[in-house]
Amino acid sequence: MTATHGANPLRDAADRRLPRIAGPSGLVIFGVTGDLSRKKLMPAVYDLANRGLLPPGFSLVGYARREWQDEDFAQEVHDAVKAHARTPFREEVWQQLIQGMRFVQGDFDDDQAFENLKSTIQDLDKVQGTGGNFAFYLSVPPKFFPKVVKQLKKHGLADQKEGSWRRAVIEKPFGHDLVSAQELNKVVHEVFPSNEVFRIDHYLGKETVQNILALRFANTLFEPIWNRSYVDHVQITMAEDIGIGGRAGYYDGIGAARDVIQNHLLQLLALTAMEEPSSFDADALAAEKTKVLGAVRLPHDLGKDTVRGQYAAGWQGGEKAVGYLQEDGIDPKSKTDTYAAVKVEIDNRRWAGVPFYLRTGKRLGRRVTEIAVVFQRAPHSPFDHTATEELGQNALVIRVQPDEGVTMRFGSKVPGTAMEVRDVSMDFAYGESFTESSPEAYERLLLDVLLGDSNLFPRTEEVELSWKILDPIEQYWDKHGKPAQYESGTWGPVEADEMLARHGRSWRRP
Amino acid sequence: MKIDLTDTTSSKINKALVEGRRAIGTPAVGMVLTLVLVTDEENAYDALRAANEASREHPSRKLVVVKRFSRSARDRSKARLDAEVRVGVEAGTGETVVLRLYGEVIEHAQSVVLPLLLPDAPVVVWWAANAPDNPAKDPLGTLAQRRVTDTYAAENPIEELKARAAVYTPGDTDLAWSRITPWRSMLAAALDQVDCKVTAVRVEGEELNASCELLGMWLAERLHVPVTRAVSGGPGLTSVRMETDCGPIELRRSDGSLATLAIEGQPDRAVALNRRETSELIAEELRRLDPDDTYASTLRFGVDRLAAADSEKSGDSAQPAKKAASTRTAAAKKAASK
Repeated sequence: MTATHGANPLRDAADRRLPRIAGPSGLVIFGVTGDLSRKKLMPAVYDLANRGLLPPGFSLVGYARREWQDEDFAQEVHDAVKAHARTPFREEVWQQLIQGMRFVQGDFDDDQAFENLKSTIQDLDKVQGTGGNFAFYLSVPPKFFPKVVKQLKKHGLADQKEGSWRRAVIEKPFGHDLVSAQELNKVVHEVFPSNEVFRIDHYLGKETVQNILALRFANTLFEPIWNRSYVDHVQITMAEDIGIGGRAGYYDGIGAARDVIQNHLLQLLALTAMEEPSSFDADALAAEKTKVLGAVRLPHDLGKDTVRGQYAAGWQGGEKAVGYLQEDGIDPKSKTDTYAAVKVEIDNRRWAGVPFYLRTGKRLGRRVTEIAVVFQRAPHSPFDHTATEELGQNALVIRVQPDEGVTMRFGSKVPGTAMEVRDVSMDFAYGESFTESSPEAYERLLLDVLLGDSNLFPRTEEVELSWKILDPIEQYWDKHGKPAQYESGTWGPVEADEMLARHGRSWRRP
Repeated sequence: MKIDLTDTTSSKINKALVEGRRAIGTPAVGMVLTLVLVTDEENAYDALRAANEASREHPSRKLVVVKRFSRSARDRSKARLDAEVRVGVEAGTGETVVLRLYGEVIEHAQSVVLPLLLPDAPVVVWWAANAPDNPAKDPLGTLAQRRVTDTYAAENPIEELKARAAVYTPGDTDLAWSRITPWRSMLAAALDQVDCKVTAVRVEGEELNASCELLGMWLAERLHVPVTRAVSGGPGLTSVRMETDCGPIELRRSDGSLATLAIEGQPDRAVALNRRETSELIAEELRRLDPDDTYASTLRFGVDRLAAADSEKSGDSAQPAKKAASTRTAAAKKAASK
């Protein structure tokens, strides 16, 4: 919040109808011609404007190599919005947005282009009243981060004048191991102060993920059993049904664990396992998340309790799919993992001895992300064995996507004269109880960047701790064996099933 | 699916609801509230359509209470309840029961509605027409956490505003107030852009539109400055002009859709400010069910303390304006001394 915000007599915390609206500001997108920008960022900007959450005079500046005029850029945004926006297209909203749209053409080396960008920003401050407040969204491959950030510094674009702000927004991957992540952080923090750097992990912008905190800490029902006395184990899954598509260049050498476990799954683990924060502000949340990530302990035998795999040719949902090693641009001898499953434990009083199984993969059965908290069996059952034969373990499943919601699974008597208990599920679905479409993650996150609210962004320490967890596993994999093959369209390699079976457990079919 | 019940009771209606749900194969209910919609036959169709659209955001059970006043004395003495139960596609999201009340039972509508409320879920009553003088004391109103009236539909909106202020109870709200949320939001955003002190305000809009008065009262209450109400041809609100110590700020909207924000020393900017559908207003009302304290303090500020602009000498404040100005100056001083 800017200083003028607090002084505005029309703003009142008790007035809950007035939306959290961003102060005067603008957004500069580097790599504006990319997929992310067209499919997510531009539609999110429009949706925000349509919901009346952007300030009058909000400006959007695109920076890319393409030889475009402002009008071409506006046309591109227009098409992207029409194709991908969540809310209906309204001409008057578009008219409001288009006034602040600019395009700057240039390379990342091009000093002249950065000077142009500077004068564009100064011009926008004058004609649109953006007040010097700009966020720079680096939607570019990670190898260009240092270059762009240094250019911003060199041309004085990162300098915050009195009462205004400049922010940097960066996307994953935040490095490929601890050392590279620290280097990247150093480069970025040399130019932007750490509280003005926003790392996007779009999972944290999802309603279902934010709801984990509400579910755990706003209710009394779950927290008393949210510990080692009742929980048997936790499974966190993120499965994709697609292959690597055209991303061979990015994906090979990175792999599923670095791409997904390091950020999304460890963040989900942190939210699921952390202690109650003292308040819901960014510092308190980060403190608890850091604490629990710091308590994560890897298994002794990495060979037994981690599994990696590569998808082999097969049929996925009625379509023939090629194997990873046959994909265009992939070295047939590549050892990159497209599936990774690891077991970790958390060394604290609440979780000691409770395994957390994390798995992710491409070309699996279907696209799904969920957190399943599986409870222990009843210590004693008055029913005889045949009556409870079909009874599984109680579970609470947070469905992150798709079909967002929460499922509780428990046993119930089957109607009839005989005593027979079978699993049933009780379901909460967002679509049923709340709005037909929740805001997209990027809408929420962009608005938070403009408001300077860093609740939903992982911090430097969290990123570095996550690498500390993953690095030993990656190093072990580098030296030992090679990825197991699994048929496309199945739920991963048999080794992963064996990993759980050794302890009498099995993966949930999500 | 639709089930018609003639000369029926609430318990038969409940049974029909369960049957309907079974028949369409969705026995699970995910509805978050009960919306009781009180209307006459004339407004029933439009009001229900708005409620159905709003239910896409807030799945609800909608109970439409239509009071049918009979002409003959004999019919009036006979009580009868007819119901139309709709589930599935015809009911938006959730379920709809249209209740038609004849004769004596009109006076006891709450007895019909009470057994049909969803267990443990909030209740909202919306009077699309003929709101009672005291919503919180109305038999149907007492069932609800949230009571929605619409001064726009009233015969004499200004008098109605005064009456609402006199009986305000936490949980009361009015669609004339919901209508101005985008304006309030934009005006607040305009003041975010500058660091100036507002000295006077002029609100302009069509006659007999309580939204203009409410916006004026809100501004006067928050800013502690004299506010003048001027009349224009509409549609709805047409302009708000704030005089500040660094020049005027004006938000103008002549076509009911795209507005212009003019701030001294800055170029004019187009801002989207569409007049909203009733369904959007209802959806906004249902988003929060706690008392709206801002509405309360705005309403209690009092319509009489707004000054009317003299239409002949436009802009020149007339006698009552001066009076209002002097009282507000005192308030402003008080605020400044805090």
